[in-house]
Amino acid sequence: MFAVLKREVKSYFYSPIAYVLIGFYILLCSIFFLPNLYGGYADFNSNLSSMGFILLFFVPILTMRSYAEDRKNGTEVLLLTSPVKIMDIVLGKFLALIFVFLVMTAITLVYPLILSIFGNPPVAQTIGGFIGFILLGTTFISIGIFASSLTENQIIAAIITFVILLVIWLMDAISSMLGGFLSQVLNWFSLMSRYGDFNLGILNLNAIVYYLSFTTVFLFLTVRVIEKRRWSQG
Amino acid sequence: MIEIIDLTKNYGLITGVKDLNFRVEKGEILGFLGPNGAGKSTTMNIITGFIPSTSGTVKVCGYDILENQMEVKKRIGYLPERPPLYFDMVVKDFLYFISELKLVDKKKRKSQINDIMELVKITNVKDRMVKNLSKGYKQRVGLAQSLIGNPEVLVLDEPTVGLDPQQIIEIRRLIKALSKEHTIILSSHILPEVSAVCDRVVIINEGKIAAIDTPENLSKGFGKSTKFTIRIAGPQKSIVNLLKEVYGIRYVEPHPSNEKDICDYIIETEKDIDVRRPVFFELAKVGYPILELKSLDMSLEDIFLRIVTEEKEVG
Repeated sequence: MFAVLKREVKSYFYSPIAYVLIGFYILLCSIFFLPNLYGGYADFNSNLSSMGFILLFFVPILTMRSYAEDRKNGTEVLLLTSPVKIMDIVLGKFLALIFVFLVMTAITLVYPLILSIFGNPPVAQTIGGFIGFILLGTTFISIGIFASSLTENQIIAAIITFVILLVIWLMDAISSMLGGFLSQVLNWFSLMSRYGDFNLGILNLNAIVYYLSFTTVFLFLTVRVIEKRRWSQG
Repeated sequence: MIEIIDLTKNYGLITGVKDLNFRVEKGEILGFLGPNGAGKSTTMNIITGFIPSTSGTVKVCGYDILENQMEVKKRIGYLPERPPLYFDMVVKDFLYFISELKLVDKKKRKSQINDIMELVKITNVKDRMVKNLSKGYKQRVGLAQSLIGNPEVLVLDEPTVGLDPQQIIEIRRLIKALSKEHTIILSSHILPEVSAVCDRVVIINEGKIAAIDTPENLSKGFGKSTKFTIRIAGPQKSIVNLLKEVYGIRYVEPHPSNEKDICDYIIETEKDIDVRRPVFFELAKVGYPILELKSLDMSLEDIFLRIVTEEKEVG
């Protein structure tokens, strides 16, 4: 697993990919940060909300090549004929993506730091917000890897990821339109409503477990997809 | 070393391979020959664990590929039809990655990689990115990758494709040398290569085994007839008539040479009938000297074409 992890991280950082993606991401986040500077607004958590929205676009692009590329360039054979468990392969790829994501997020820590020079941002809430953000991103990435394993075509993988993420993001709005029992079920599943708690500085244990379970489910699904494909068409 | 028992693979309704049965002994080089779509790559993919079989058993070094996947995979090096290369990696980093995947002992990794690079003659490109290599070099990196970890078994799908004639000879020599310590299955379309390098050949057609034997045996024992070429001085027409009368000769094909009155004849005879002496005596009776007599065993090419285009019974 570490072999795969190392290789993936290297391939992101030895090529322009990571830098371009992170660069653009920071650029967008900075644009969203401007109101804070101009308006003297010390609370960072609404920024985190916008950053989450930006993730809807970035995660699909970041994750689209994760497994799809191996299928496209013929290296899937290599991975599947080596003495490595499929779960280890998926985990290695997943953790590499998390690493890139954490680097991105670490850079955005600059913003609250700047704010703290000029004002008094609420520390606990900001930390809570970041933890929630990271968990959310982790879940998004697991969905991205899952989509990447479904197809050889990276664009399709990106689109699938985007659609799923969009539905999740709008889940609350959608469920309120539907009403009734379905609405209650969807509300329970909602990733975003739990996110709200983090922004209030509340580290809700069951929310953390929920995010991690969600992520685990998608990672397992990815492994199943790969296994099933081997068995049904070879 | 490798046992294939009743191996069958179906892709939905299409049969990939059916009821394959053969063994590869330790240190043997087995050639896999067959037209495109015959099932060579499918079989290799199954042996290496890339795809599972529909039914049947594959055992490598005593381990069943379905029950003991990891043990099998530790012991096989695979070069598929399309070399599995990461284009954005540098050659030596790529090979290092492979050695991590194959669980090579950390201390031995660097030296093993250097040895393999020497062996396959890619040391001079070790710092180049894979995407910047020529086809020949890419193929050799692919071969190097299969050697990492010094696996007991090597499965090579068309290992010399894309190489220039000199490289082909080197790789063949390399494969022969490797067979002292490894068991090798290789598939090829290049028939002379298979007969030159392999101890035994499996001819596979439409998913089934059509023949298994050494190249020599296939050549000798196969076919209903034996061929000769004979050069005789004398009038072509009467010679042809005379030869046709000899018991055991099936047909005669004259090939006029550029010397006057001298002609080559390709003679096909029935199997197990030696026509050389009768031909000599008949020709001596009428005074037409034999200038050259050479037997033409069926080449592997002929056998291959014969097998895949008609029903055959061998062995």
